[in-house]
Amino acid sequence: MNVLMRIRRFDPDKDNKPYWDEFRVEMDPIDRLLDALNTVKWTMDGTLTYRRSCAHGVCGSDAMRINGRNRLACKVLIRDIGNKVTIEPMLGYPVLRDLVVDMDAFFDKYKSIKPYLITTDSEPGTERLQSPEERARYDEGTKCILCGACTGSCPSVWGNPDWVGPATIVNAHRFIFDSRDQGGADRLAILGQRNGVWRCRTIFNCADACPRGIPVTELIEQVKRAIVYGGDTKVE
Amino acid sequence: MYRGQSGMWSWLLHRITGLGVLLFLLIHVVDIGLLNFGSKVYNEGISLFGTAAVRVLSMALIGGLLYHSFNGVRIILIDFWPKGARYQGVMFAIVMALTIVSFLPMAYFVMGPVFGWPTGNLRGGA
Ligand code: SF4
Ligand code: FES
Repeated sequence: MNVLMRIRRFDPDKDNKPYWDEFRVEMDPIDRLLDALNTVKWTMDGTLTYRRSCAHGVCGSDAMRINGRNRLACKVLIRDIGNKVTIEPMLGYPVLRDLVVDMDAFFDKYKSIKPYLITTDSEPGTERLQSPEERARYDEGTKCILCGACTGSCPSVWGNPDWVGPATIVNAHRFIFDSRDQGGADRLAILGQRNGVWRCRTIFNCADACPRGIPVTELIEQVKRAIVYGGDTKVE
Repeated sequence: MYRGQSGMWSWLLHRITGLGVLLFLLIHVVDIGLLNFGSKVYNEGISLFGTAAVRVLSMALIGGLLYHSFNGVRIILIDFWPKGARYQGVMFAIVMALTIVSFLPMAYFVMGPVFGWPTGNLRGGA
């Protein structure tokens, strides 16, 4: 299959502004878009820059805007995009070079909600037991691979880079609704602030963008309700 | 450009109609304010609403208001009904259907006088 790749490129050392570059590659329909990028980089233009690592949708490093929507290049098949594809860096992050964006602020926001188990009780002698129902309560959030596709798809983030964004809230949800965790009140207080959950306008781009199929907006709404109603977050 | 889906379009449209309705409110303050200058000025000012051009604008206002109200209910349901987020797409389709179904009869009566359609004694402003 012959594929025309239109790629948005930018090298801060050479270019004043981003420009479009085009490559034609011959691919198998069941190759992934990442294979096509690799073909360009390895055989046509070694300066093309993008992140990737696992190539299997696990590490979350190759989120980019593919035909206008945030996707992982390693999860998109050539047969699903056809003969022409447009590839751009994600919106909402500063572009470092070509398809690579600066995710420092993204991870700072992630850390701000304390994404680790917080307990105040003394250590139990055995493991911290949990029922299957309690485990299911926060299951969706555990699937996050921190690719940033949701945050980069969100108009509220584009308009206000200080907003924590969907990925941070998903990861807060993962602990807030975990029966073993005792830091929920802290996290709800952080997310109840001006740049917390309230800037979510239920646009649902995040849920569409998530390569892990996490219903991102739904989780954000659960956190909003937990802040409004207070009460026990371990059951809904 | 980002190719968002119904959720993004519903949000954009909600913003635009919201601003449109706000703009109308300001105009409305001015037209009601004309009463301060006596009934003659007021009647002349208000007769503008009977012209074809302003009737078209009125239709935009009606459409905008209808969409904004129905979609407002959709947003409330997304926020307060635990299953709301899951049904947002279906609810958007319902919002659009309700908007169009309620818009058409109103549009008929607003534009009727311009085209000479029978509108009973609802001649509005003419
Ligand atoms: S919620 Fe989904 S889209 Fe967002 S960072 Fe996690 S895996 Fe990526
Ligand atoms: S390369 Fe690891 S998720 Fe795509």
